[in-house]
Amino acid sequence: MLFISPSTYIAAVLFLCLMGFLYWAILRGMVNTPSEILPTVQFFSVFWIPVFFVVPLLTMRSIAGERSIGTLDTLMTTPTSRVAVILSKFAGAYLFYMLLWVLTIGFPLLTEKLYPHAAESGALLELAPLAGSFLFLATSGLLFISIGIFASSVTRSQLVAGMLTFTTLFVVIVGGQQISNLADANGDLASWMVATVNYLQIFEHLDDFSRGVIDTRPFFYYASTSFLLLGLSTLVIEAKA
Amino acid sequence: MEITPSIHVKDLTRQYGALTAIHKVNFSVNPGEVVGFLGPNGAGKSTTMRILSGIMSATSGSAWVGGICVAQNPHEVKRKIGYMPENNPLPDDMRVVEYLRFRARLKEVPGRKLRASVQEAMEICDLARTARRKIIGTLSKGFRQRVGIADALLGNPEVIIMDEPTIGLDPHQIQGIRKLIDNLRGKHTVILSSHILPEIERSCDRVIIINRGRIVATGSSAELREEFLPGNRFSLIVEGSDTDVAICLAQRGLEASILESTPLADNRSQLILRVENEGDLGSQLIQALGKHKDFTLHSIAPRVPNLEEIFLAATKRSWEETIETKPKITA
Repeated sequence: MLFISPSTYIAAVLFLCLMGFLYWAILRGMVNTPSEILPTVQFFSVFWIPVFFVVPLLTMRSIAGERSIGTLDTLMTTPTSRVAVILSKFAGAYLFYMLLWVLTIGFPLLTEKLYPHAAESGALLELAPLAGSFLFLATSGLLFISIGIFASSVTRSQLVAGMLTFTTLFVVIVGGQQISNLADANGDLASWMVATVNYLQIFEHLDDFSRGVIDTRPFFYYASTSFLLLGLSTLVIEAKA
Repeated sequence: MEITPSIHVKDLTRQYGALTAIHKVNFSVNPGEVVGFLGPNGAGKSTTMRILSGIMSATSGSAWVGGICVAQNPHEVKRKIGYMPENNPLPDDMRVVEYLRFRARLKEVPGRKLRASVQEAMEICDLARTARRKIIGTLSKGFRQRVGIADALLGNPEVIIMDEPTIGLDPHQIQGIRKLIDNLRGKHTVILSSHILPEIERSCDRVIIINRGRIVATGSSAELREEFLPGNRFSLIVEGSDTDVAICLAQRGLEASILESTPLADNRSQLILRVENEGDLGSQLIQALGKHKDFTLHSIAPRVPNLEEIFLAATKRSWEETIETKPKITA
């Protein structure tokens, strides 16, 4: 259903337009004020902008849409297990999300093609930060998409699902940073809380990954929370099909 | 023991909070039978069907499909059931053939049989030539229903459950669906629900009447007729007075009573007679009433009570019973 519905393609076009614009803006910024940070790293540090709208658009329909038109009922009468239903919904949205990110490699490639002299330094397509950033996107995507799937499974309204996804994503992405800001201001956070907050800091994870520091803790964080959310979604559709 | 019934339901109860949707429903359906589920809106037809297809769980009681308990092994039961829900939800953006192939894969139709079984289902439902590559969203209501039925047929299930298959169709389309159901008789066990009575009467071997969550009556329409509206009924138009007719019938030894008398124009009236005697009543009545000086017989026709009347009588009786039982408890 994802690949034949127009909303998917609208999300994709919006995403690529926005990301293209951001990439262009970053390059322009580099021209005006040379920076130490690689354009790729800068580009991926704004990953949260598209996540806020692409993830809700991709996932809100998945189960809420099926429930509201009633096809969830027909799906439930087939000998397909609930787990398979949730996992396939998740896989569809996740793969599409990753496909969109992979397409953004086109931006540096295009730049290199059109302005070969600009790319002489090799800064545009440096492999390590690119690979690190993609690894980060792939793991954090697990969590983001499963948030969307869960939000979609609890309601029959796509709008509610979309809003729920958006607000949850906002809390998850920005929340960790805000807590640590709060802690900086007060400066009296217990040491175990510092550890917890750092564990939840998505931006910190991105920094580590793009610098090539691959820690297992973020992997565990994203995998376990998405596993939990998908499990809950399975229970939800089991209970209120 | 003889054959296992395709569907067996025992003391099935489902409550939505304080509301009891169905209460201790019992029935069974034999293989190859076409059974109609009849009841007013909100009687519990859809609830029963949803429990049978394993979408919803019952509050208490049990249901078996093909000898397998729905609550204990829902996965296995789903292999035996083709279910078409109320309002027949379909994805609007897919093509008919794509949708059916997708459904067939979900129903574990093996890969090499996939094309053949989709083609077969489409041919049974008359979709193969006309609507094969059409987008479902653009189909007319009749075709949408056909797609729903074709979907229910995929995977050759033992039991086919259809919730209001003819809702919102025009008479031509209803006839088409009825023919289709006739074709399924004997090959599959079919349960369909409706509140359109003539449709059920024509296409079903047996009728289960359900009202306010309870089964009120079951049987073929002839059996139900015998139970709820016994005796032979005739409708006649006579010119003259009712009492003369009654006297004349009594003289001839016919135990008849006039149930209804509707006055028509020109001193005529339409009478509905209930005659208790056996034998060839039509000719006896014509002989009795044909030549009489006090009144003139204009027409006579046997009146077979249709399902509508049976249904009204049965549901009325169930209302009376539920009302009667309440004071008994308090007294």
